[in-house]
Amino acid sequence: MATATTTHPAPRGTCPFAPPPAYRQAGPDEPVSKVALWDGTPCWLVTRHQEAREVLADPRFSADATRPGFPFLSAAARHLGGGKTSFIRMDDPEHGRLRRMLTGDFTIRKTAALRPAVQQVADELFEKMTTGRTGADLVADFALPLPSLVICLLLGVPYQDHEFFQRCSRTLLRRDSPIEEVVAAQDELTAYLDALTDHKRTHPDDGILSRLVARGELATEDIGAMGRLLLIAGHETTANMTALSVLALLRHPDQLAHLRAHPEATPAAVEELLRWLSIVQSGVTRVATEDAEIGGVLIRAGEGVICQINAANRDEQRYPDGDALDLTRDTRRHLAFGFGVHQCLGQPLARLELEIALDTLLRRLPGLRLAVPFEEIRFRHEMTVYGIESLPVAW
Amino acid sequence: MIVHVDADRCCGAGQCVLAAPEVFDQRDEDGTVVLLDASPPAALVREVADAVAACPGGAIRLEEGTPR
Repeated sequence: MATATTTHPAPRGTCPFAPPPAYRQAGPDEPVSKVALWDGTPCWLVTRHQEAREVLADPRFSADATRPGFPFLSAAARHLGGGKTSFIRMDDPEHGRLRRMLTGDFTIRKTAALRPAVQQVADELFEKMTTGRTGADLVADFALPLPSLVICLLLGVPYQDHEFFQRCSRTLLRRDSPIEEVVAAQDELTAYLDALTDHKRTHPDDGILSRLVARGELATEDIGAMGRLLLIAGHETTANMTALSVLALLRHPDQLAHLRAHPEATPAAVEELLRWLSIVQSGVTRVATEDAEIGGVLIRAGEGVICQINAANRDEQRYPDGDALDLTRDTRRHLAFGFGVHQCLGQPLARLELEIALDTLLRRLPGLRLAVPFEEIRFRHEMTVYGIESLPVAW
Repeated sequence: MIVHVDADRCCGAGQCVLAAPEVFDQRDEDGTVVLLDASPPAALVREVADAVAACPGGAIRLEEGTPR
């Protein structure tokens, strides 16, 4: 691989919602380009929709971080790379065997049946946030607790421990966390979930952890690793999507007006917000296990690849005028949940939570507005998952 | 239109159920694909083609010669 000129991650440009301009300057003639990672390691960057789909669906590209050449996006990620992992960092058939122990909990039908329970959680949070008040931090008071409460309910994790697991998650998802802090957070969260799993052996409930125990096929540490994945992925992503979605709508009054006038279009609006925001800003990493040609470029066995989802989801060839937030556009095949056999397991739940969150807020707060100048909103550039620290709003 | 599914390749993401609920369902136990109608009416060709394209595991295919 020749020397790269662009570094990954590249800084965002003037629009905090748009992918870094450096990922998009390559243009249509160069769907696969070279970048240098934080430590100078060269890596391939895939920025177009078609090629990103190809890589993510191709079994020649491995998600196994213990394989030589796997690209790590931070020092801490490299440090943890060889350790106990969940199926997100495995290939089939082992990945499929473990994933299928959970897919039954996130089917379209089973998730739809959760609607009343999720709506109840949203309503309770809403009452608490708004009673006797004219403003709030939408992140702390609504967007973060909503998916945290729901994933705790599903897993069988006590919500009273939320400050602990939210803190660990944030440390693990920060690209610039010192290695020792990441190791400590990983160890603490692992010990917590292992202990909780063991507790379920004698105190079973109807949560996912208990049911994994009851299968009798997995060691405590394997169940703990799955629990860690679901707990982190289950709250950080939806929390950030909810807050960024509200902010994006407040910044696009025409789109907000459209959604208020057409509440039945909320599911379509959620899809467009997923595409436009594409919060997994780090990209999705793979390593080639054999030589493979992608977009006319030969990627050699052992070379790393980053599928840059946020750039691919604004690929003009797939989404004309892709930089425009347009709640009425055809959003099919967006890659916000990834693609291939690792595509987000919890996507039906994420969609349900986002629909309920937006519907509840917009329906019940007709005067919702930012309580600070837009320039004061702090975006989380240093996180694997993009988001905002807080969102002061009034109504 | 003749539809084939390969449950071994299915990763249970449910995309086919969203695209064409008349044709696809999921097993309750592990979310893998259940083919409700192997020869759906031509009126559903767009939905089924969408399901094929949206399937992240490449588990669905239309029999050759099927008009799209």
